[in-house]
This record gives sequence, structure tokens and C-alpha cells, in this order.
Amino acid sequence: MAATQPRIYEGTRIPSPTPTILRVPDELRESADILEVNFGPNHPSTHGVLRLIVQLDGESVVGLQAVIGYLHTGFEKSMEQKTWWKAIPYAPRMDYLAFQANEYAFVAAVEKLLGIEVPPKAVWMRMLLLELNRIHSHLVWLGTSALELGAISPFWYTFRERDRILDLFELVAGARMHTRYFQIGGLAEDIPSGFFDQCREFCEVMPKAVDQYEAMLDQNPIWLARTKGVGVLSAEDAIALGQSGPVLRGSGVNWDLRRAEPYLAYGQVEFDVPVKQNGDVWDRYKVHMDEMRESTRIVRQALDGLPPGPWIADDRKVVLPPREELHTSMESLIHHFKLVTEGFTVPEGEVYVAVESARGELGCYVCSDGGPRPWRVRFRAPSFVALQATATCMSDALVADMIAVVGSLDTVMGEVDR
Amino acid sequence: MSLASIPGLVETMEAHGETTVVVDAARITEAALHLHDELGYDFLSDLSAVDYLGWGEEPVAGYWGNAWGRDLNIPGTAALSRTPEPKPKRFAVNYHLLRVAASGEGPQRLRVQAWLDDGEPVASVVSIWPTADWHEREAWDMMGIRFEGHPNLVRILMSDDWAGHPHRKDYPIGGEPVRFSDAE
Repeated sequence: MAATQPRIYEGTRIPSPTPTILRVPDELRESADILEVNFGPNHPSTHGVLRLIVQLDGESVVGLQAVIGYLHTGFEKSMEQKTWWKAIPYAPRMDYLAFQANEYAFVAAVEKLLGIEVPPKAVWMRMLLLELNRIHSHLVWLGTSALELGAISPFWYTFRERDRILDLFELVAGARMHTRYFQIGGLAEDIPSGFFDQCREFCEVMPKAVDQYEAMLDQNPIWLARTKGVGVLSAEDAIALGQSGPVLRGSGVNWDLRRAEPYLAYGQVEFDVPVKQNGDVWDRYKVHMDEMRESTRIVRQALDGLPPGPWIADDRKVVLPPREELHTSMESLIHHFKLVTEGFTVPEGEVYVAVESARGELGCYVCSDGGPRPWRVRFRAPSFVALQATATCMSDALVADMIAVVGSLDTVMGEVDR
Repeated sequence: MSLASIPGLVETMEAHGETTVVVDAARITEAALHLHDELGYDFLSDLSAVDYLGWGEEPVAGYWGNAWGRDLNIPGTAALSRTPEPKPKRFAVNYHLLRVAASGEGPQRLRVQAWLDDGEPVASVVSIWPTADWHEREAWDMMGIRFEGHPNLVRILMSDDWAGHPHRKDYPIGGEPVRFSDAE
């Protein structure tokens, strides 16, 4: 049947037949002196443990294959063994830079199955923290990616602001990373009073800091030479390869889940979606910079718009009884004990929740059989998908560009290998 | 063009505001081409498999609560509130589709579900959505779903010489053999 004939990616830069492997052309294999180099898995600029098998013809890359799995921890399988309540801390440990996005995706999926309504204060606070987390992730990305291309100063500057964000997380949740602050039904604790002033201070500092980073990089001839026109990914290729987040927006596709499918309170705040047209490393860098400004804008609006009221839903089936009741009420104590040890059941069904994490579409598929544990948890990790674009971006590039390209795809190996 | 025109359509389900279309696994290539070309689902968000072995039945590895009650010998197991709906086959492959650049009738997001028995192959969709490459490799590695026509169906997360598919329900937790156990 003609309609079922599989197609190969004609007219695109996607390698064929395997879209993630750049193969050395046969004529080159015979004529040229091909050098095969193993890059990684232990190399500081692989953002973790990524291994790239690269075939070089002099300085130019003629073959490339990414090998992953060195950080595979079986998070998804482990989550099937835990009660819903205890599975939450696994999620943020996948993407350890945008941890709260993962935490939110899982919690939101469970809430969708339960049909539980989250109070507005928790909704806004979640949005605020997710945006702070986005800035945090972008800062680490910028610092390390610039460092790999030889710009040492931005690293120190970005980590200065990163520390302020971690201070805010510590203030709110007690932990600097992997906060486990999102609880099914709302937040784990009320927002401490000192948070608002400190967060406002941060909002004053952050836009100026972004200007500072740009002042260091935008005019820098080395930075310009190493990023402009390097690692080009067209809009069609980006969509075909499932790219999302800054990679997709850097390729000229105006697509942001916060805008396309507004969740939390994103429909009620004003922000712009930065889109660049060329799809090179430079444009991805620019998208990240603009996103940090936009996120600060959202944080500021969230601080102003944060409604008062309860911070967790009043549904004792899934929500722990208030702390103070444990000292006076035997029933509450028993209930607390049972919720923590036995957990609660979640109605049978399957849901897929997609959120815009710092890296793009983070999807969480959760399937429940009506029991106390998830039947299946699956994370659609944006970094995992982003790495698939390496071969396309690297066709006709130089070996030195590889660092810039892999850096610009903004991958976190913990999330790639899960 | 509506969802009813998908080749090999078995049934359409709505739950939690999400649309699921169950498609005959043998006709997945036709269905995928139709969804991509005619209905405008240009973006494959996710492709993953679910193992339904022991769904609502006897406890299997990693699963203790069952349809008739809880195992009192194992703490932390509440009974199921009701018996779950039976599933047609052991494995489900879920394709989460999305429209990004294109437009068309029907929902923005769509879950396409194909049911497979153990060892039953399904056609690869790599030539339609190139992003399926690693997703299908992961489903092969973790669940043992064979995707026919995949250009490079090898393990991706586990090492090349690994035996078994760790995400299956009958694959034990902590499944690496340990020397000097009690039995020795």
C-alpha cells in the first residue's frame, strides 16, 4: 500500500536512516584518514556523564553518536514501589537543576487523577517557585556553558544570583535543592513571612544581573565567533525531532506551554515568550537570557497577586492533618500515621500532564490501578529528547563546536537517564 | 477530518479531559501517517509502554495490594478500592501526540494506544516522527517491546549485555544476582 510506505527525512538535515546517528559517508571512509574519538563519559563539559563517539576528518566532525545510560537509576521503577506520598521526592532528583518542575509535574498528575482542587494561594506560590527555579536552572546553564567556551567570569556572577535563589528555597522549604515543598493538594507548609521581602529584593537585583551577564558576553568577539551560526537547527527539524523549550523557541517556533495550555495561574499574569529565528547556539543563548527577565516579571506579579487563604486543600483523605492537631487529637494522630505508612489510594486511570520546565516540555504520565502505589510513572524528559538533536546540529560542524552545541541543548544527564 | 477517520480505530475514550484513541497495533503505521499528515499531529511528545501484568490479580513482584484485600504480612499495603477494569493485552504502547505548528479539528493533545502481547512486534514510527528513535529504544530496553523497522533498535539505558527488561512487572527489584546470600 502506497500510504503505508515509511518515509525518510528528505529535504531536512536530520541524518537518515537513524535520526540520532551521523554516519561517516562511505566515500570519505575510504579516502580520508578518519580518527575516532571517545568524548566522555567523564568529561567536565558533558554536563554529567554523556558519551559521544565522534569520527573526525581533521577538525571537522563527519560522524557522531551519543551514548547515554551512565546515570540510569531506575527512578520510574522505584516510584512504582512507593506509596503516592513517598514517590514525590523521586521526581525532583531527575532534573537536579529545575527540580521543582519535575516535582510539580508529578504532583499535578496525581491531583488530576484525584480530581482535587488546589487552593489559590498554593497555585500562585507554585508558579512563583517554578519561575524562580527556571531562573536558577538558566543561571547554572549560562555559567557552565560560558565556562566551557572559555568565559570564566560569567560563572562567578551567575552563581552569585543562584545562591540568592537557593537562599529563598531554603527559607521556604528548609532545603536548598530538592525541596519537596509541593504536596498533593497544595504546599507542604505555609510560606514564611520573611520570604516576600527577600524575594522582592531578588526581583530588584535580577534584571540588572542579566544586563551584567550580557555586558560580559554580547560584545565578546570569542563568544560571538563560537556561537553565531553554530549548531543550526531549523524549525521543521526541531518539531520533527520533538524539541521543546528554549531549543524550539530559538529555532523560531513560538511555542510555550505556559501560553499554549496555561496551567497554574499563567493565564492571569503578563509575560512575553521570547522567540529567535536562526536556531543557532547564539539564539538559544538569547532565549535563555530573555526568559530570565520574563521569569522575574512573573515572580514580581506573583508576589503582588498571591491571594491569602489556606495553603493546602482541605481533603483529609489525602492531606495530612494539621501539625497542631497531632498534640491534642488521638484520631488525627492515627490518621497521620496511616496516611504516612499506608498511604492513600488514587482512582484508577491514566493521565499525561505536560509542564514547561526550564528545558521544555516535561511530561509526566501516571497510571493508577486504584491502589496505594502508582502502577506506572513515566517522565517525558526534555533533555532526553534534546540530545537526539545533537547529530542534526552537528552535521558539517567542527569538533570545537561540539562543546558549544551540546551545551546549548541544555541537557541534564540525571533527567536523560532517569 | 475527525478522529473517526483514523485507520484501524478500535475505540475512543475520554477521561480527565484527555482523549485516548485505541488503534489496532497491526495498523499503527497507517494510523500514524494519517494522524501526522491529515490530522496535523506534527509533534510526538512521548512514546512509552506500560506493563499490565498482574493488573488487579495475584500480587507480582513490586506489587502487593490486590483485588481481594491487603496482604497483612506486608505493612504499607492498602487494599484496592475496587477491581480495576481488565485490559485487553499485557502491554500498552502510548503515543502522546500534540499539534505545534499545524492546526485541525479535534483535541490539541491526543493519546494513541496500541495493545500488544508479550513478544508481539509493532511497527516503528521513526520515519514519521524522528523523535521516536530513542523513545522506542527505551521501550525496547526497559519493556521488551519490539519495534519493527526501527533502524537501530539496541539497548539505550542498560548496558549492551544486560539480560531481561527491567521495567517489566515480573522483573524483580534489586534484580542483580548477589553472591553469598543465605541460600549458599
